Amino acid sequence: MAQTITQKILAKHAGLRSAEPGQLINCKVDLVLGNDITSPPAIKEFERIGVSKVFDKKKIFLVPDHFAPAKDIKSAEQIKMMREFAHKYGIVNFFEIGCMGIEHALLPEMGAIKPGDLIIGADSHTCTYGALGAFSTGVGSTDMAAAMATGEVWFKVPEQLKFVYTGKLQKWVEAKDLILYTIGQIGVDGARYMSMEFTGPVIDKLSIESRLTMANMAIEAGGKNGIFGIDAKTKQYLTKVHVTRYPLLYSDKDAEYKQIYDYDVAEIEPQVAYPHLPSNTHPVSKSGHIKIDQSVIGSCTNGRIEDMRVAAKILKGKKVHPDVRLIILPATQNVELQMIKEGLMEIFIKAGASVSTPTCGPCLGGHMGVLAEGEKAIATTNRNFVGRMGHPKSEVYLSNVAVAAASAVAGRIASPEDL
Amino acid sequence: MLTHGRSGHVWKFGNNIDTDLIIPARYLTTSDPVELAKNAMEDADPEWADKMNPGDFIVAGDNFGCGSSREHAPIALKATGLSAVIARSFARIFYRNAINIGFPILESPEAAEEIKEGDEIEVDLTSGTIKDLTSGKTYQAQPFPEFMQKIIKAGGLIKYLRQQHPQLR
Ligand code: SF4
Repeated sequence: MAQTITQKILAKHAGLRSAEPGQLINCKVDLVLGNDITSPPAIKEFERIGVSKVFDKKKIFLVPDHFAPAKDIKSAEQIKMMREFAHKYGIVNFFEIGCMGIEHALLPEMGAIKPGDLIIGADSHTCTYGALGAFSTGVGSTDMAAAMATGEVWFKVPEQLKFVYTGKLQKWVEAKDLILYTIGQIGVDGARYMSMEFTGPVIDKLSIESRLTMANMAIEAGGKNGIFGIDAKTKQYLTKVHVTRYPLLYSDKDAEYKQIYDYDVAEIEPQVAYPHLPSNTHPVSKSGHIKIDQSVIGSCTNGRIEDMRVAAKILKGKKVHPDVRLIILPATQNVELQMIKEGLMEIFIKAGASVSTPTCGPCLGGHMGVLAEGEKAIATTNRNFVGRMGHPKSEVYLSNVAVAAASAVAGRIASPEDL
Repeated sequence: MLTHGRSGHVWKFGNNIDTDLIIPARYLTTSDPVELAKNAMEDADPEWADKMNPGDFIVAGDNFGCGSSREHAPIALKATGLSAVIARSFARIFYRNAINIGFPILESPEAAEEIKEGDEIEVDLTSGTIKDLTSGKTYQAQPFPEFMQKIIKAGGLIKYLRQQHPQLR
């Protein structure tokens, strides 16, 4: 029976030969993840189960990143709860500030993700790891608790969607634009309950960091997972992060898809998703004059070194507009270190940006750059829901890194071409 | 018990009610249900948590609960005393979280379309029948697969697991 890569991973982890859409299965998990918002309820539920140990001390990853470094007493208590839980059960992978990063940037970078793995995380953007040919999806805290105890999780096998990208990328178009454009086409529930597989000659040329950006936003179309096949680029990346043994998985040529979408990328220019849905996309050239108060470059979507290099290219020798606050958040300690080595830090600070330690911070309106009533921000993050970055009457526009950097300089939503 | 029939009044909401509307991130420094309930639906309707009465229902459009994986969303709604959410469709993680914590949700495009704000409705969670006492119409929601019914009947995934794997205790 022809299967997609997603079906193959699910079947293997359920001990089955195949996995058919709609089938309810019970799977073994390779990695369970939680952050400082979702872990505390999971820990409480875990204690209610009453087991004396976790299913595997090395396979649970606890990353305080949302309100870390602790922004107030309550956040400090939540992180403390994770720390104590990790100590109590001997969980190896707890990441204190100073050696941490935003979960979805940190795990691939540290070599925690292998192709063919089945990963669940109590965070919706857990879908990010599909970039490395893993099946990974977001779940809730109760699922996390159950998986920490049993090492298992239930799934309904999703239907499969395929997205094929061909053509030549326009200048300043990034992976972020491909995924924003796709969400704009199919809507925020266009892939609800379904698997999104990204393929085509354009994808083949994308770096792994760019693929991480795309897989990250599968959830923004309602997808269960986003996934890429394994190729030379994947292997190269894995070698760099010391992952050596993994299965080579591909979707069968005659695998069945509920729908196949073909996009000619030559028609795609940098996208801006207007408030309050990621699907509310407009080409940057048609954005009109939208003044901004803040620009945020970072997050699990666009906080990797590749993103920082794009930002530096635009900000080098320029000044942030006096009416704009530019906040740059490297996603991990390693990214930050690399920024220093490459001289990017100096470029940013000279341009008048505020550069922060790794954190989710403003992405979810947590801290380090929350918006006041009526303020507008452009951000390389992934969500622009009502109140996402602060006051319910503030607005978030989503874009790629180049547009967010150019806008910070222009004081309004702008393309790098406008500078 | 979840299997009882419930009746109450309806609060209507639109499409794509995301988890930031259900419980904004600024309140996520706690996971205490009672605390969370105070701010439920705040960014969609700031007065909702005060206006609603235990037993009431939310009836919404497509993709209810899209966005983040925060279980705080169904937890907050459950803790307000809300009977159930009826929607045309649910976002995936919200759907599984609701089942996992034993909070009733029902998928019925017709009911979501036709039931009006303020209507009094009665829902039988075992059969999935929704009766609009104001209009006199009856709707049938999609039944849950048997496996999920078992989790719901047990009162959530954790209780279900304890029944299934006594060795875990
Ligand atoms: S950066 Fe934003 S989207 Fe990513 S994990 Fe943090 S809060 Fe969630």
